[in-house]
Amino acid sequence: MNQTDWLVLLGTMLGIAAYGAWRTRHTDHLDTYLKGNRSTKWGTIGLSIMATQASTITYLSLPGQAYESGIAFVQNYFGLPLALIIVCAVFLPIYRRLGVYTAYEYLGKRFDGKTRLLGACLFLLQRGVQSGVTIYAPAIILSSVLGWQLNLTILFTGLVVIAYTVTGGSAAVTLTQKWQMAVIFGGMMTAFMVLLAKLPPGAFEMAGAMGKLRAVDFSPDPSKRYTFWSGLLGGLFLSLSYFGTDQSQVQRYLGGASAREGRLGLMFNAVMKIPMQFFIVLVGALLFVFFQFQPDTPVFFNRAEWARYTQGSEGTKLHALEEKYIRLRSVAQEKARAWLAARRGENSAIRANARTEMVAAQDAVDKTRNEAKEALLAADPKAKTKDSDYVFITFILSQLPHGFIGLLLAVMFASALSSKAAELNALAATSTIDLWRHFRPLAAHDEARNVRVAKWFTALWGSLAIGFALFASFAENLIEALNIIASIFYGVVLGIFLVAFFLKRVRGTPVFVAAIAAQALVIVMYFSLSIGYLWYNIIGCAACVIFSVILQAVIKSPASVETSRITVA
Amino acid sequence: MTPPEPPAPFNECDQDNEAPGVPGFRSWPGVYWFVIAWFMLVVVLLALFTRAFA
Repeated sequence: MNQTDWLVLLGTMLGIAAYGAWRTRHTDHLDTYLKGNRSTKWGTIGLSIMATQASTITYLSLPGQAYESGIAFVQNYFGLPLALIIVCAVFLPIYRRLGVYTAYEYLGKRFDGKTRLLGACLFLLQRGVQSGVTIYAPAIILSSVLGWQLNLTILFTGLVVIAYTVTGGSAAVTLTQKWQMAVIFGGMMTAFMVLLAKLPPGAFEMAGAMGKLRAVDFSPDPSKRYTFWSGLLGGLFLSLSYFGTDQSQVQRYLGGASAREGRLGLMFNAVMKIPMQFFIVLVGALLFVFFQFQPDTPVFFNRAEWARYTQGSEGTKLHALEEKYIRLRSVAQEKARAWLAARRGENSAIRANARTEMVAAQDAVDKTRNEAKEALLAADPKAKTKDSDYVFITFILSQLPHGFIGLLLAVMFASALSSKAAELNALAATSTIDLWRHFRPLAAHDEARNVRVAKWFTALWGSLAIGFALFASFAENLIEALNIIASIFYGVVLGIFLVAFFLKRVRGTPVFVAAIAAQALVIVMYFSLSIGYLWYNIIGCAACVIFSVILQAVIKSPASVETSRITVA
Repeated sequence: MTPPEPPAPFNECDQDNEAPGVPGFRSWPGVYWFVIAWFMLVVVLLALFTRAFA
């Protein structure tokens, strides 16, 4: 990085944060602080929803994941458009009709205080754990590659996001997310163009021949992690839960001038999300082809980690593996060139043979990479052996011109800030409305005090996230870790909301007991079975709904109350 | 400097049947059907993409 990169990075990152804080510095009404500016239009809401969902992990890990195992991950988003339609048609109208600040406030109106608290606590627990990951993920990768101090990177990112989120609340979050998304789109497009310009002819065919471009797999095998069916069904439940019941998203579309703006913002995501994710994973698949022809492609992309162990007791073995890798890579390059030359030929036998040899040569390279990772583990069982998160950043730092390196690093930080800000804002809203005001109902009328409390909660959750990121040890595959945590909790929360919306007869106590039982069941199943994690969304939701119906028949609940305004007719 | 006006409360009687205000769409179900059709088109295109580069 040179001075231009630093200028672009700090200018973009701090400029947007300062702009957001300055524009919203007079936010002193709870409505604006928790729901945002009422003049916000659908485009801004749509970008805000997108920015909240896509963290740095999306832009760093996903290309790396596609580099390793292809673009099949895109299927995880197949349930999203259908889920957003349901949120638009069912969830959003009821939330707005009731004028709630949080999704869990609705549970209080529909059921009772304890069910509201359960929903809020499940959200706070799950988001609280995740909040450490979202701040840690970019910091560990960027500090490792750029030689920055990890703790300082975490602190700097955390303090910037706390500063403008505390100042302007939801209004600041939405405003900054719009500009952060502009930086992200611009940066990713730039990286894609540079990558395309550097690829050899036939790059797509080569990625396809290497099995990196299998976007859709209709296999019904439930043990496969990414298939059309798990993406459609599991993704539907995960997305429905995330967009319909997770306060960080609910807060985004509850703001805005009218329900129409929120609905159109959601529909914007329903249309754009799959193409956007496809574009990101495609970058990873094409990076695979790009690095095939680079003379200095490393055996292990996390160079700092590799260098650390090559100086240790296993150094000789690691160096030997590196030399073997270089030899095998040179063979793989030859075979790849031979296939590229033969792919347009008339003779299908020659084409097939060239392809078989190319794939076999690549298998040998991959095997050596795996041996290198095993050697790292042998040197230190705690060694970080997952290097795919470092693939895209390696490309950025080695191939982009100065200035654009700063822009792409700004993309990483912008995505970290945008998702983190929404998260803090949602944690603060839930803590203020569903906990603090619930236990201090008399304070509800003191507007200024409510805003002050919300600001304190924002700062508190931000500080906890920083502390968590500084002292916790996280799973290596961060994007999967986030999805797994979400899948364990989301299904049950969604089950509570589906009962609330669609099963008018079920009252608070049955759904409360059912939710606890369903959550326990999901946790036990997670630790005892090995099925794709997306299925836990369906299992948790189904268990909660079924248990609720059974318990309602068993437990004597208070007489039915008027629910026509708060359920689906 | 004058203090900012307190915001009016959100319209709690949100118009559920409010028109989408998007050219070509007179109702929300129309928008939803468009999104479903778009999703199916994207899946078909991705399946064709997979097949083309298999």
